[in-house]
Amino acid sequence: MKYIDEFRTGTLAQKIAAKIASEVSLQRDYHFMEFCGGHTHAISRFGIIDLLPENVHMIHGPGCPVCVLPIGRVENAIRLTQTPRLILCSYSDMLRIPTASGMSLLKAKAQGADVRIVYSSSDAIKIAQKNPQHQVVFFAIGFETTTPPTAVAIRQAQALGLNNFTVFCNHVLTPSAISHILQSAEVRQLGIVPLDGFIGPAHVSVVIGSQPYKYFAEEFQKPVVIAGFEPLDVMQAILMLIHQINTGRAEVENEFTRAVLPTGNIKAQELVAEIFELRRIFEWRGLGLVPYSALKIKSCYADFDAEQRFQIPTLSIADNKACECGAILRGVKRPQDCKIFGTVCTPENPIGSCMVSSEGACAAHYSYGRFRERNHSSMKEN
Amino acid sequence: MSRRGIVKSGFIRSLDLKHGRIEMVHGSGGRAMAQLIHQLFLTAFDNEYLRKMNDQACFQSFNGRMVMSTDSHVITPLFFPGGDIGSLSVHGTINDIAMSGAKPSYLAASFILEEGFPLSDLKCIVDSMANAAQAAQVPIVTGDTKVVEKGSGDGVFITTTGIGMVPEGINISSENARPGDKILVSGTLGDHGIAIMALRENLSFHTSIESDTAALHDLVADMITAVPDIHVLRDPTRGGVATALNEIASQSSVGMMLYENKLPIREQVYAACEFLGLDPLYIANEGNLIAICTAEDSTNLLNVMRAHPLGENAAIIGEIIEDSHCFVQMQTRFGGKRVVDWLSGEQLPRIC
Repeated sequence: MKYIDEFRTGTLAQKIAAKIASEVSLQRDYHFMEFCGGHTHAISRFGIIDLLPENVHMIHGPGCPVCVLPIGRVENAIRLTQTPRLILCSYSDMLRIPTASGMSLLKAKAQGADVRIVYSSSDAIKIAQKNPQHQVVFFAIGFETTTPPTAVAIRQAQALGLNNFTVFCNHVLTPSAISHILQSAEVRQLGIVPLDGFIGPAHVSVVIGSQPYKYFAEEFQKPVVIAGFEPLDVMQAILMLIHQINTGRAEVENEFTRAVLPTGNIKAQELVAEIFELRRIFEWRGLGLVPYSALKIKSCYADFDAEQRFQIPTLSIADNKACECGAILRGVKRPQDCKIFGTVCTPENPIGSCMVSSEGACAAHYSYGRFRERNHSSMKEN
Repeated sequence: MSRRGIVKSGFIRSLDLKHGRIEMVHGSGGRAMAQLIHQLFLTAFDNEYLRKMNDQACFQSFNGRMVMSTDSHVITPLFFPGGDIGSLSVHGTINDIAMSGAKPSYLAASFILEEGFPLSDLKCIVDSMANAAQAAQVPIVTGDTKVVEKGSGDGVFITTTGIGMVPEGINISSENARPGDKILVSGTLGDHGIAIMALRENLSFHTSIESDTAALHDLVADMITAVPDIHVLRDPTRGGVATALNEIASQSSVGMMLYENKLPIREQVYAACEFLGLDPLYIANEGNLIAICTAEDSTNLLNVMRAHPLGENAAIIGEIIEDSHCFVQMQTRFGGKRVVDWLSGEQLPRIC
């Protein structure tokens, strides 16, 4: 397929692999965090680990929107579906996230709640138009990539004069999450998470540009290479990170030049700024309360804010005790370090959110990479 | 009741096959139901067994092993490029029978119709079934019709059941895969699923892809004539090739290694999967089969498959390996390895 196959060529991958092998210093290890679930997915799906030297380690970051949403917000959504004549719309992965009691939107749907899977925010607008007697709530999640489409939906709803459409806003911000990880005790003081650099987000950077990452490179002396989601992008970014470290640099570099500009997409940024404002604080699964890390709908658009219309309370609900999603999202543990990985927690019966989305570290490792742990304790049942 | 399968002159008014709709009386067992059966089903499916109008079909028994299979079809949309629920329901059961190496002999068909369903659509579906059965030379010899109230169904659900005869010396079963065997597929992957998906209300996109729905028993007959020692046959419908291979791996207690660069996938299917975030290995097929045989037989089998119109795109896609964990793995085109796991969750609802 044109414009896809070029970025998945095996022969070129071998060449980059050979360059990486010749570039790495055997005197040290390299630990890189790929922030985005899209990168995690690509690494697992294409078997990139097989092409890397043993002293290059990839740490899965928290960039999976489904994974970082705290259970309280899922519980809010489930409770919302109990409202008579209310249709809740969301992206499909959201439906499978279990709450502490094992409830999920999918189970609520089976019990009679009107929950609809949509592929875009505009689908939710169409549902609102078709069902004027119902309240239609769009359960909006995601990083900077999915925020502009939600903004467009709110503008559309306003233009159409829809008074039955609201957004339950859960949009979060990438730079705040990266800051939080870099400032965490595990990285700064304890050294539990050795972190030498980041593979920076692909689609998020298309929107926000490469400039917002400069702070991390300068303040924390960690190189950032923004990379596309194709496997050759990831390989090239790893080579660039190794090169920066070996030459003592900590800069923001852009491998994904075919899509990312330093300033990003100004029009999308303006649209987001018009509709949303920063939340003072927001809970992330795994990271806890992170200041100024999420968006809420501005008061002038309160008519489209589900939190206002339905008086949605702030709920803080603890994760299942056995689930290590929190530590995995912070890069402190790997999926295979979790006792319930692959035994109690599987893609069919996920306990933690990292097992739900295909971009989640646990689901990616379970679905694509678990043959590597054949002798691991989590495979005992076999 | 008449014993002849022609439209009865006794019905006061002929069924309005252009504008009429299914009503509850069409399932009540009275004259309206008899008229529906006569004018629509008997006319289309006409054969000596049905003409007797008994509650069962009566035929001579075979000497040897027989197979039996049943399959319910609840697909939406009912009509799609390359077929419809009618042809699909005939092909589906014929293929399930054929995957044992058997020659399909007879089919039974059961309809659950929703009140209000247009008779014109029902006629299209029934004609399509009749054509598919006739082309496959497998008669529909008995059947049943029920009507449910509006809102209790989704237009039409069709269950088909079939029986067939296994030729002497053929022993095909999903537990027979052995390390060293080769894995073949008869055609391109995912055509059916993508053709259906393109029509979904909230996904609609334009594609030239048609469903691959087809009866595979003729291809299978050629295959077992050339290679009687085929170990496994399976049609990878729901869950696609990945799920079918995982089932076989568990049943045979073996592992598998696939080669991504050998998978026959149409450009359009690959592209559609790419932008929808799907994997062609998990997309349903309705006219495709997986065959597993010894390495020695594999080239011969591949050539026989490619010589058949339904096997033009056949390919050897991998091999059976020893693995106590029964993992299906794939050597990626990129140069790495990964697991090809069971389908988890639902990629597409109501695809067949």
